[in-house]
Amino acid sequence: MSKKKDDKRIIFNSEKEMPLVAMSLGSMLYNKTGAWRNIKPVIDLSKCIKCGICWKFCPDTSIDIVDEWPQVNYDYCKGCGICAEECPEKCIVMVEEEK
Amino acid sequence: MKKVIMGNHALSYGAMLARAQVIAAYPITPQTQVVELLSEMCADGTLNAKFIKVESEHSAMAACLGASMAGARTFTATSAQGLALMHEMLHWASGGRMPVVMGDINRAMAPGWSIWTDQNDSLSQRDTGWIQFYCSSNQEVVDTVIQAYKISEKLMIPSMVILDAFALSHTYEVVEIPEQAKVDAYLPPFNPPYRLSSDDPHAFGGLTAPEHYMELRYKLQKDMEKVPALVEETGREYEKTFGRYLGQVENYLCDGAELVFVTSGTAGYTARVVVDELRKQGIKAGNLRIKLFRPFPFEQVRTILSKVPKVAVLDRNISYGHHGVFYQEVKSAIYRQPVQPAIFGFIAGLGGRDIAREDFKEITDYTLKNNRPQEEIIWIGVKK
Amino acid sequence: MIEIRFHGRGGQGTVVASKILADALAKEGNFVQAYPEFGVERRGAPVFAFIRIDHQPIYDKSRIYNPDHVVVVDPTLVEAIDITDGLKDGGYIIINSPKKPEEFKFPDKFKVFTVDATDIAVRHKLGTLASPIVNTAIVGAVVKILKLAKLESLVEAIKEGVPLKPEENRQAAIEAYEKA
Repeated sequence: MSKKKDDKRIIFNSEKEMPLVAMSLGSMLYNKTGAWRNIKPVIDLSKCIKCGICWKFCPDTSIDIVDEWPQVNYDYCKGCGICAEECPEKCIVMVEEEK
Repeated sequence: MKKVIMGNHALSYGAMLARAQVIAAYPITPQTQVVELLSEMCADGTLNAKFIKVESEHSAMAACLGASMAGARTFTATSAQGLALMHEMLHWASGGRMPVVMGDINRAMAPGWSIWTDQNDSLSQRDTGWIQFYCSSNQEVVDTVIQAYKISEKLMIPSMVILDAFALSHTYEVVEIPEQAKVDAYLPPFNPPYRLSSDDPHAFGGLTAPEHYMELRYKLQKDMEKVPALVEETGREYEKTFGRYLGQVENYLCDGAELVFVTSGTAGYTARVVVDELRKQGIKAGNLRIKLFRPFPFEQVRTILSKVPKVAVLDRNISYGHHGVFYQEVKSAIYRQPVQPAIFGFIAGLGGRDIAREDFKEITDYTLKNNRPQEEIIWIGVKK
Repeated sequence: MIEIRFHGRGGQGTVVASKILADALAKEGNFVQAYPEFGVERRGAPVFAFIRIDHQPIYDKSRIYNPDHVVVVDPTLVEAIDITDGLKDGGYIIINSPKKPEEFKFPDKFKVFTVDATDIAVRHKLGTLASPIVNTAIVGAVVKILKLAKLESLVEAIKEGVPLKPEENRQAAIEAYEKA
């Protein structure tokens, strides 16, 4: 999952090149919704019990499990805070974005 | 095999013979016995399908869409307010190019609460991108469901098979149930060009920017335009196997007629009886029954009606502030013709009021007496 | 074309009666159309069922206003409603009743027949005296009186279409057919 995503925009020059449905038009590859975020989740892995609840609850599938540990994908995390709310060990805190 | 069955069950048999794989339905009013029989068929193994009970019609369609995207042949049925609740999902079905086939029992919209027939429920869904077939007999219902899958899956556009509440849904008629082996030969298993699959992951229905959206709609319209020819082609193929032809319209004695009724649903069959009676009295009447409503069979309607001096369109529906929906369509079909018939728009039978043979007599008298309609809507049977 | 109207009360199986008759007639190659009262059914309330029979396809989907014959499944309806409403001259009135036809006062233009379907049903253990299931018996009589179908076709239709007590229902229909 740490593989770098290709963020090149997909452009079709005619309707004939296009799929029948809005299928993998690639919009999410360049439309990085993480930019909408005001606060971001920060995970303290030293307290994490690897229960996977944050991964399960994230409505935007923005928490990946990397080598058994949760990792936030900040490209797409919108900062809703559900992971922090649901974490049974309270090891996720929401921190104000600095930019 | 001949069987005496009601219209609701004609839909069920159609779905069974088409080997629907996933059936999702909300089982309470305004639902009818369509899904009751299907759930029994699923339970006793007659039909190898997953029956999903859901909490609303909106969810019923959503479940069908999920299954359809995964490559399953899906079926559902509803009526009136239930169809209205599905509205949003209807757009998802057509926009997502998922060939769901749905039965709709034409029931009038509440309030006042009604379980009786009129067409406002399905016609309110006119612009959702669904193919719409209106049936006049239980035989036609069974045959149309099977043919609808063939057309829908070829073009990846969903279809609605529509029949009048009670007048057909609860009416028993003799139906020739097609042989399963023959249906299987006519309708091969559903094999979509794309599907949800973990082997070949794609994101479906995602954000579509202005640079792409319009082309998707263009493609849907272009495929819609292919429907009339495909109805002919698949209809002829069906006729070869089963001996019954299902076209876009039924032309009953329209050629050379002085007056043609334009009808749909069960009234479209009663009209045939009236035409026979009028012919005996020396009035050259004909009946053009519209079977395919979306896309509208402009070509055929134009060809048939342009040679007729007077046309009486019967609508069991109303577009408030305008007039009957079929009337609009017929007028628009005729618009570019150099010689145009006088077209009269009648509204009758709303909320399940019977459209009797006597009502057609009133329509005939008015149409023959006047050169042009005296009002935009001529109401039949309103207690004034 | 023959058009028949059935009068019964909700819960008596009036609609089933018309369906059995339709099945029997279809077996002999007839075209049939049977439909119930278009509405909500309430137990005990007067209900209707209709049937059209023809040797050619039936296109008329409008309601039946002028039946050729009427069948009265529940005798109490004779007093309660006008069962002859719209009935054509010369029409047959077939009533489930222990009385003789001449005990009913109908205009001479109609022909009255009676069959004690309730008695037949109860003796064949179809329902109870208070709530008899008379539909198979009444259809047995109707088929005979109106010369609509052979007894064998009706027996066959009952075998296929009546899930509960098929043998009792068959016997009731046969007895009513023979007595009518």
